Amino acid sequence: MKISGGITVKVSELADKLGLTIFGGASGLQNEIKGGYTSDLLSDVMGHACSNQVWITVQTHKNVIAVASLKELASIILIKGLEPAQEVIEQSDIEKIPLLGTKEEAFEITGKIYNILKG
Amino acid sequence: MHFEYFIEGGNFAEAGSTSSQVKKTLKQLNVDGTVIKRTVVALYEAEVNIVAHAYSGKITVELDEEKIDIKIVDEGPGIPDIKRAMEIGYSTASPEVREMGFGAGMGLSNMKNNSDKLNITSTVGKGTEVEIINYFHL
Repeated sequence: MKISGGITVKVSELADKLGLTIFGGASGLQNEIKGGYTSDLLSDVMGHACSNQVWITVQTHKNVIAVASLKELASIILIKGLEPAQEVIEQSDIEKIPLLGTKEEAFEITGKIYNILKG
Repeated sequence: MHFEYFIEGGNFAEAGSTSSQVKKTLKQLNVDGTVIKRTVVALYEAEVNIVAHAYSGKITVELDEEKIDIKIVDEGPGIPDIKRAMEIGYSTASPEVREMGFGAGMGLSNMKNNSDKLNITSTVGKGTEVEIINYFHL
């Protein structure tokens, strides 16, 4: 969702604040985050996410990078301590989409990011 | 201008690569950003449908001064009931495809919402033809 009156945070700042693991796509860490979308359905993200949002998901396969790149999302955060395969990390590097991770569940990490972005 | 791309059914690793190439081309041609965004969503869904449901497909992109016209023709099982397939939540995707987060029954509605004109014709046992038209200025 877009947060009205919210602030913009760089991916690197969000990763620092929340202690997120950086798996790949480090060259995009200066991307600006202006909102977020939490979903595990790719067509839901294609249809409803907006550019410069951070995407929170359990999906770890390569198509996630394609969706994020096509939608010009700021970053992807994998939840529950899930780790991407090497080919997915390489794709995130190619597409310059920061691929991050947290041990937390979607609910917790989404809430924390919402609080940061609402300023 | 005219571009053609071939899509292999079942090859999920490459799903989205044609949409990505088309997006780059449209950006280079300075097409309006909103038109690019909408076209890319509609085309991506069509591309995924070939990968998830068909054996192979061909995507033809035609550009002129007023519009982008994309034809997606596949060889595959076809759609028995297009009206039903258009319903949000209806899907015939396999459990494996659904586990990847595809097959949520939202693809065709995304295509409809992101195209100015959408034509779908299908022959069961033969294949499906989709045409997406987006105008640069409505």
